[in-house]
Amino acid sequence: MEYEPVMGMEVHAELKTKSKVFCGCSTTFGAAPNTQVCPICLGMPGVLPVLNKTALEYTIRTAIALNCRISEYTCFDRKNYYYPDLPKNYQISQNYTCLGYNGWLEINLDGEKRRVGINNVHLEEDAGKNLHPEHGGEESLVDLNRAGIGLMEIVSEPDMRSPGEALAYMTTLKNLLQYLEVSDCKMQEGKLRFEVNISLRPMGSEKLGTRAEIKNLNSIKVAIKCIEYEIKRQREILSSGGKVEQETRLWDEATGTTRAMRTKEFAQDYRYFPEPDLVEAYISKEWQEEIGKNLPELKDIRRTRFIEQYGLPEYDAAILTSSKPVASYFEECLKIYNNPKTTSNWIMTELLRELNNREIEPDECPVSPRHLAAMVQMIDNNIISGKIGKQVFAEMLESGKMPEDIVREKGLAQITDTGEIERVVENVLSENPEAAEGIRAGREKAMAFLVGQVMKKTKGKANPQLVNKILREKIHS
Amino acid sequence: MEAYELTGAQASEKLRRKEISSRELTKAILNRLKSVEPQIEAYLTISEDLAMKQAEEADIRLTSGMDITPFTGIPIAIKDIICTRDIPTTCASQILKNFLPPYDATVIERLRHAGAVFIGKTNMDEFAMGSSTENSAFKITRNPWDKERIPGGSSGGSAAAIAADAAIVALGSDTGGSIRAPASYCSVVGLKPTYGRVSRYGLIAYGSSLDQIGPITKDVMDCALLMNTIAGYDPRDSTSVNSPVPDYSCACGRDVKGLRIGVPKEYFLEGIDPEVENLIRAAIAQMESLGAIPVEISLPHTEYAIPCYYICAMAEASSNLARYDGAHYGYRARGTDNIIDMYSRTRADGFGIEVKGRIMLGTYVLSAGYYDAYYLKALKVRTLIKRDFEKAWEKVDLIATPVAPTPAFRIGEKTTDPITMYLSDIYTISLNLAGMCGISIPCGFTSAGLPVGLQLIADIFKEDTLLTAAYAYEQSTEHHKRKPPL
Repeated sequence: MEYEPVMGMEVHAELKTKSKVFCGCSTTFGAAPNTQVCPICLGMPGVLPVLNKTALEYTIRTAIALNCRISEYTCFDRKNYYYPDLPKNYQISQNYTCLGYNGWLEINLDGEKRRVGINNVHLEEDAGKNLHPEHGGEESLVDLNRAGIGLMEIVSEPDMRSPGEALAYMTTLKNLLQYLEVSDCKMQEGKLRFEVNISLRPMGSEKLGTRAEIKNLNSIKVAIKCIEYEIKRQREILSSGGKVEQETRLWDEATGTTRAMRTKEFAQDYRYFPEPDLVEAYISKEWQEEIGKNLPELKDIRRTRFIEQYGLPEYDAAILTSSKPVASYFEECLKIYNNPKTTSNWIMTELLRELNNREIEPDECPVSPRHLAAMVQMIDNNIISGKIGKQVFAEMLESGKMPEDIVREKGLAQITDTGEIERVVENVLSENPEAAEGIRAGREKAMAFLVGQVMKKTKGKANPQLVNKILREKIHS
Repeated sequence: MEAYELTGAQASEKLRRKEISSRELTKAILNRLKSVEPQIEAYLTISEDLAMKQAEEADIRLTSGMDITPFTGIPIAIKDIICTRDIPTTCASQILKNFLPPYDATVIERLRHAGAVFIGKTNMDEFAMGSSTENSAFKITRNPWDKERIPGGSSGGSAAAIAADAAIVALGSDTGGSIRAPASYCSVVGLKPTYGRVSRYGLIAYGSSLDQIGPITKDVMDCALLMNTIAGYDPRDSTSVNSPVPDYSCACGRDVKGLRIGVPKEYFLEGIDPEVENLIRAAIAQMESLGAIPVEISLPHTEYAIPCYYICAMAEASSNLARYDGAHYGYRARGTDNIIDMYSRTRADGFGIEVKGRIMLGTYVLSAGYYDAYYLKALKVRTLIKRDFEKAWEKVDLIATPVAPTPAFRIGEKTTDPITMYLSDIYTISLNLAGMCGISIPCGFTSAGLPVGLQLIADIFKEDTLLTAAYAYEQSTEHHKRKPPL
């Protein structure tokens, strides 16, 4: 029997507010453990939360961009469960009245547009991190720097039917959140996390199958691998006449499989109830309109601008603007050295390949706009060739050094000294008299061979235009 | 008159006139403590060194004549549920034994700025859960009027300390009557402010939607003055209300002529001790003689207040107390095998039986399948109780009721029967649910010499009306001047 997968997603995005959602602590990533904490995010006795208005605004902005209806009054609820990374043993979240609901996100699948329903968008606080000893130590440690950072949860409807749709949904959503400037979505830092609900049903059936929920997916790539695995797992169960358990499963990166965490019978009862320490937040129509009017420049507008302002081909503009940090990276490069098309070429090929491989954002890449712009300028100034440029780019990635330092240290500068090139050319011509003869006889093909020989002897450093010119002069003289 | 017998206003006057120094006054209180504390055990911690240091600083301020407030140099007792960064704050629980918070509650900050002297932290029912102070993990406080009896709870330590002249003024907290009941049993004044009037920042939460800090004092004027210091908006408490705070001392001395006083018939039905009822009726008659107009009213949902309260307060408590798990601070059970074991053993050892019972009840009413039947139903009842009051305010300015159905009961008398213990809160609980303000003032003694308090209730943010009536009544009687036989 053919089965159709049905998927819904819960996406957690950490908000990029300067301070946490219910206290004034900094949200900067990477600080020494437990240095960005205060009595409030430590959940000490008697302290109270105060809602960060910017966090609320970011969530409203997202809900608007996801075409949601916005609650006029939004309330918080306590989600009760015990875990050491949750100092109060309850998470302030939203359950009974979510901030945004009934929205949709348009995804583009091989040129075909589809809408994925958004059940709700709500605001909550992140938990800290438990650090377990790697080699069977006695005690686990808790770092609460992350505890209390604003976290937005975006819950989709079960509207996705293939891994491809799931991929398009995740990518489109991530790009949107970055364009909205509400989250920097750094997956390596755990700022964008996915949970997938997935079930299979016989093709053509309207009834939903039993779903498994997979938690702990910290990147788009992992989510896709997990979805593919889970479809296979459930298909095998169903095909052999078995039943899929309704359960929560965990992705195990080491084995590339999912394993059961808890079944329905052991499902947690979170005992949600209204958070008495916060008053309901009033979101006036005027405020909504103001936020809607002042959205940051979104993708389509920026793409058009790139075509008009920088004279880029549509193709380039579309690729560069598909991710806001990439588009911004591009513009940063141009501020330093203004050659839009060459810069675009380098970003679309070398840079994007690295970013995708590593699942990192441009600002996490060792090659900064300063690096790339300087390199493009060196190419334009004939200091290095485009081909050497690739070598320099790889070296910049490796060491983070500036291109001029790399070129100097490795002696990669182009040879533009005509005397030196002439000596090599004479040398090559004397070694290959028949090739020169051929050219004089009109067999132009041999020219490429001779240029290649010169480049080989100069280890690729000779300026190709000069080599051509000098070769011709010598052959025809 | 001994220095420790002074009210806050009297003491402040003497301090300003340099008839006494804060050091002398503080010493007088500390000496008084040495003789009465072994009899009543009102305090969990006596912060003698801190008090003397604060008294010295207050004296410098008083000498300079600059920036003197009504509480500069005045010794104050603080219920041990309010966080103080230099005195342990235990909530009378093993789980917070020796816990030193790294911050002050907002009210404590305000009192520090005012130059108050912190005598120590007073005993209470563990996490304010109780009506007798018998649920303290550390000691049983005795009623200064009869040492075989309870002082009331949960702010029993603060009320007993004021009655015994073991502090000049005190702070308590009130979730279902925890300021007013002990004030009544100990013949002192206790005010539960409107929800949102006083910041809860640093008040260790029991039932967050009900808790308020309030004064426990020897007379109504001190109560008004202490309200002036602690009331007001606090950006750290989202539930505190940003509206101006009147000068409450000005409310003391206003005329009560024409003030309509509601007498709810539901508060005088079965269960009330006839002696208590007589004293309350006499107090209402006394107010009538001062020009107030008694009006019979009805608060029809009164009978649902206790179950409604226990569901709301315990639901919130079960969540509020989840943080005491041994992971981050406070008591941690040793030698446990895993995290669940650590949680269970820590909480099993650290909490007393009443607290555990309330956590279980609260957990139960929030559980899947019971939420609608209990918690949501209780929220609806709460709205009805609030409406009862709102209707009453169309007819009356104040409501007068007993504080408790009986005078202070004997130690151990009700500990085996939680339901009768819970019923003793019947007259105080409704106004917490409705968010209204209320005061307990001494209104006489039973034939056995046990104090009885009159409760006055006013609409939200009408503490001034409350204080006007309370002051007028107090000034026309002598009850507040009587001292216990210590």
